[in-house]
Amino acid sequence: MTFLPKPKLHHPKLASNALGFTRRDYEGSISTLCAGCGHDSISAAIIHACFELDLPPHRIAKLSGIGCSSKTPTYFLGNSHGFNSVHGRMPSVLTGANLANRELIYLGVSGDGDSASIGFGQFAHSIRRGVNMTYIVENNGVYGLTKGQFSATADKGAKNKRGVPNNDEPIDMVSMALQLGATYVGRSFSGDKTQLVPLIKGALTHKGAAFIDCISPCVAFNNHEGSTKSFDYVREHNAAVNFLDVFEGRDEITADYAPGTVELVRQHDGTYLKLRKIANDYDATDRISAMNFLQTHHARGEIVTGLLYVDPDAEDMHAALGTATAPLNGMSDEALVPGNAALAKLNASLR
Amino acid sequence: MSQLQAVNDFVVKFANVNGSGSASANKLFAQSVLRMGVPATPRNIFPSNIQGLPTWYEVRISDKGYMGARGGTDLMVAMNPQTWDADIKSIVPGGYLFYDSTRSIPASKFRSDINVIGMPLTQICNAEYTLSRERQLFKNIIYVGALAALLDMDTDAIKGLLADQFKGRDKLIQANYHALELGHSYALKNLPCPIGLRLEKSDKVGDRIFFEGNAAAGLGAVYGGATVCAWYPITPSTSLAEGFTKYCARFRVDKETGEKRFAIVQAEDELASIGMVIGAAWNGARAFTATSGPGISLMQEFLGLAYFAEIPAVLFDVQRAGPSTGMPTRTQQCDLLSAAYASHGDTKHVLLFPEDPNECFTMGAEAFDLADRLQTPIFVMLDLDIGMNDRLCAPLQWDDSRKLDRGKVMTAEDLESGRVFGRYLDVDGDGIPYRTYPGTHPTKGSYFTRGTSRDRFARYTEEGAAYQDNMERLLHKFATAAKIVPGPIRRDASEPTKLGAIYYGSTAPAMDEAVDLLAEQGIALDILRIRAFPFSEEVERFIEEHDQVFVVEQNRDAQMRTMIINELEINPKKLQRVLHYDGSPITARFISGSIAETAASLKIVPLRKAVS
Repeated sequence: MTFLPKPKLHHPKLASNALGFTRRDYEGSISTLCAGCGHDSISAAIIHACFELDLPPHRIAKLSGIGCSSKTPTYFLGNSHGFNSVHGRMPSVLTGANLANRELIYLGVSGDGDSASIGFGQFAHSIRRGVNMTYIVENNGVYGLTKGQFSATADKGAKNKRGVPNNDEPIDMVSMALQLGATYVGRSFSGDKTQLVPLIKGALTHKGAAFIDCISPCVAFNNHEGSTKSFDYVREHNAAVNFLDVFEGRDEITADYAPGTVELVRQHDGTYLKLRKIANDYDATDRISAMNFLQTHHARGEIVTGLLYVDPDAEDMHAALGTATAPLNGMSDEALVPGNAALAKLNASLR
Repeated sequence: MSQLQAVNDFVVKFANVNGSGSASANKLFAQSVLRMGVPATPRNIFPSNIQGLPTWYEVRISDKGYMGARGGTDLMVAMNPQTWDADIKSIVPGGYLFYDSTRSIPASKFRSDINVIGMPLTQICNAEYTLSRERQLFKNIIYVGALAALLDMDTDAIKGLLADQFKGRDKLIQANYHALELGHSYALKNLPCPIGLRLEKSDKVGDRIFFEGNAAAGLGAVYGGATVCAWYPITPSTSLAEGFTKYCARFRVDKETGEKRFAIVQAEDELASIGMVIGAAWNGARAFTATSGPGISLMQEFLGLAYFAEIPAVLFDVQRAGPSTGMPTRTQQCDLLSAAYASHGDTKHVLLFPEDPNECFTMGAEAFDLADRLQTPIFVMLDLDIGMNDRLCAPLQWDDSRKLDRGKVMTAEDLESGRVFGRYLDVDGDGIPYRTYPGTHPTKGSYFTRGTSRDRFARYTEEGAAYQDNMERLLHKFATAAKIVPGPIRRDASEPTKLGAIYYGSTAPAMDEAVDLLAEQGIALDILRIRAFPFSEEVERFIEEHDQVFVVEQNRDAQMRTMIINELEINPKKLQRVLHYDGSPITARFISGSIAETAASLKIVPLRKAVS
């Protein structure tokens, strides 16, 4: 299909945020994904999160690989620069972009084929490096654009549309992210906007590698009986550990919860993550126990969702590299080129 | 027995065991020759190994200034029993063998037509030193001292270098002086000093510097304004990224805050390296990677994206003999085709061919201007011979009035002024569109980057006409590239000739010498050194003006010749292959021999003979 502009008109009473933008200003062009695709709900959640956080759209860079999920950056944040790169390689392109200008907000959108198969290595290494980014995997367990082959996150024994079971062990992206040192890890479900929007907001305000695994059923190829990534299956097996709210200031937190049921986490940028606990024994700031919890509940066939881990004092790649605070892409010639006198000195040392 | 006689014109070869600390002693020898004002060109011939395997260091000394490999050895310093037989064999008749005579070697192991000079190096060391590391390291200095006596060298030059090298560490300086004296005085007393090969002070070095190509290219990237380097270790390119690291540490760290005006990432593989470079360049930073052939192979898909999405990226390809499990420590010019036409679909890339460290520096810097101006990947094609060896070259210079040319970038003010922005719109008629950096303007100038499937305004479309339109503009852009890349350098023979030769990169010094050798045989040759791809008009004109053109290369498949035929539609019969590809650097003897032979078979009568 060709580019189809959305009408610019909107309801006069449509709410605007602190920057004067309405939610429409965060939209992109019309989605060309299948009607009912979980990915469109995630796009809507990203729009919602950016709107509520009052982010200037042009200060966000959205990057993706290849696949249905990687097409979605066209459908949100139309005033942001976007980069649809190559299959499985979004993490390296995003890392490079981040190196060039540390002041933008980096949103990487990928899928389970893109990140768990062809791009598994790049996923792992971008997390290891602590790239300051929000990395969302729109996880549907299948390859949609090539019509329904299993991906590496498909559960063992899950059946494809023709009833053929998957024989390989699944890769759990959340467990991997935790092991590799992601400092913000969440899992959600595209059908649960109330859980997903705050998770994205938390990730966007987090400094460091923030990873969200979002189960996103494929209505065309993986929403049938026998699938473990269908709307019905995920709803039935969803085991949320907490409910998240993201606030800019402490004042907004009301104290009408029973003691021990709310945890407050202050992030680098001054935002607060308020976690209403659902599983009382879950501590989202303890990485080791989070990993244990995930394994235990996975064995029970449960899909654990929520904010699974956060390190509020995380540092990012630039801190490790000691890069200048000013963006590298804006540096003057004087700051970069040592000049002829330095060469003359060097020449003298090479004789 | 004959004794080879030569002053300031001979080849010394050191045969050592890898990891024995010989490299610095051998370099000390080469630099001492340079300090005497005599041009010397060392070549490190080493295995893919850290310790134990054989390694050689060949120093060509030439008062005439010939810097190509010559072939043959006049004085062999045989310190490695493993390679003894082959080393003895490589000595020219009447040449000299210097060896460690501590253990007796049967007479059958020598040759009768060479001059044998034995010195009990191990015995001297063991008597002088107790620590095994000292014994090993100072043995090297001792033989340098002995060579100084044998070749009638000035030990002050060596001492001066040692003093520079260990500046501030007097104890080390004195210890090295002592070892040097030990070797020097032993040789004077016990060996036939001087031998027929002698070094005399000269003035042929001038203000030239002695520098490694990879380090020079890394420094070029600093001067070219590169701020992001993403790389994966691979021989022989590793010292390029290390050079960049070193010079960034020297020139780009804020003295007060310690903040770094650069970012260097050792990536997980070459795919990630080029991905990071593309991401950084897309976002407006100057970025590069350093790699070799196998890395270029891995980067193919990304290179196509960079070509179509028009991302400025710089790649330094320090070429080596292929493939991955090939000969990583041997030199070749074998990546031309895989770089020039890298990736899938119709793609063509800009290549630069530096001849020595000086051009590694200048082209290393210029590559970033070209990348930004042309918005496309630029390959700087080094090879192991210039990359990993120290070479005498012109001193480096920088014009302080020069500004980095960031190419066509629209700023917030440009966008605000109402100028039309189409990411793939050819406004100026040169095929080069304008771009914006992400985050420039709240409502204008953003676009979505894809390979193709978009129109001139970066809007999604799969229409064939839009695709074709874009492809033709890219071709037009490539034609623009041919006009702005470094042009070839032509040098005509002193007499008119219909024979020409085309060469490039590290072949240059051997070619210069080959021209002289051929002239001595009465064969006049005009030469053209290609410095970039796409080819400028001069290349076509040069071929037109000659009946036969030799294309001299260091690869099997005549890759440059293929590109010339392909791009300029030249009749292949007009282009003769001169190909050297055993992994060693090409020599003047090989080139002149090959050209003379072909010239004879083509029945080309030397002009002088035709006239007489």
